[in-house]
Amino acid sequence: MTSITVLFYIFSSVLLLAALAVITARSTVHAALYLVLAFFSASCIWMLLRAEFLAIALVLVYVGAVMVLFLFVVMMLDVNTDEMRQGFWKHLPVAGLVGAVIALEMALVLMRGFRLEAPAPTAKALEIGNTRLLGIEIYTDYLYPLQLAAVLLLVAIIAAIVLTLRERKDSRHLDASQQVKAKKADRVRLVKMKPVVEAPSTPAAGKDGEAA
Amino acid sequence: MGAITLGHYLSLGGILFALSVVGIFLNRRNLIVLLMAIELMLLAVNLNFIAFSHYLPMEADRMAGQVFVFFILTVAAAESAIGLAILVVLFRNRASINVEELDELKG
Repeated sequence: MTSITVLFYIFSSVLLLAALAVITARSTVHAALYLVLAFFSASCIWMLLRAEFLAIALVLVYVGAVMVLFLFVVMMLDVNTDEMRQGFWKHLPVAGLVGAVIALEMALVLMRGFRLEAPAPTAKALEIGNTRLLGIEIYTDYLYPLQLAAVLLLVAIIAAIVLTLRERKDSRHLDASQQVKAKKADRVRLVKMKPVVEAPSTPAAGKDGEAA
Repeated sequence: MGAITLGHYLSLGGILFALSVVGIFLNRRNLIVLLMAIELMLLAVNLNFIAFSHYLPMEADRMAGQVFVFFILTVAAAESAIGLAILVVLFRNRASINVEELDELKG
């Protein structure tokens, strides 16, 4: 029994317990925090599989960015969790049955069919390391998909911003470009009209006025 | 308890996947927990990819599985970002993220 065996059983039990807690947690914030634990244990298991770069990327991207986003949204929204847990116990027997069948079937097939021992790491992998091997693959054979992935992330950024963008209606902000574009014709209208000539009043009427 | 074989890792991925299916059954009303269950599913898939890439006998193809995981991580991050943005807009318009109440399309 090697240390890898012991570590595998420790990390996988933590991972499964955390996943169970995610789907049964009463509060959504707790579910998000248990999901962080699940991702962290998964990254430890990836370390056992000698995928160091991806393990660290999982911690940075998921624990650092995605889960913070989840927590941010969960705390920002004021949701009534109790109301949404109605029917939780009603669905439990069916869900448990389906889950147990899936897990048992998969484990049965996989444990019998894939009794493969790990091959020894190649001399090349030991010499230059996992990160550099992955980098060589990504930047040679998979360069075009990598750029597609970058475009996908850009699209995701723009979509997220556009979806949540909201123009305030009560704002007194002035749009500078509209102001610059304004012409004289938009603001001033010159009208041609006949001059109104006032007839001079008679001196008698003026005197009368003064006397009064 | 002998050495860990490929079957152990694949079974772990299978159990994780089954757990997230159960989570989707149980939390049918809470959209946020549904998104979390989808993240767990993607994690199980990624675990399978990495396990296969570690145990593959052909050393020339061994890194392909990890490259796939790299792209799946990218897509999953984009998916959760857009999903949460949609969630925020939904909550702003309906003041609820209960799946049972989202029946405007009458599908």
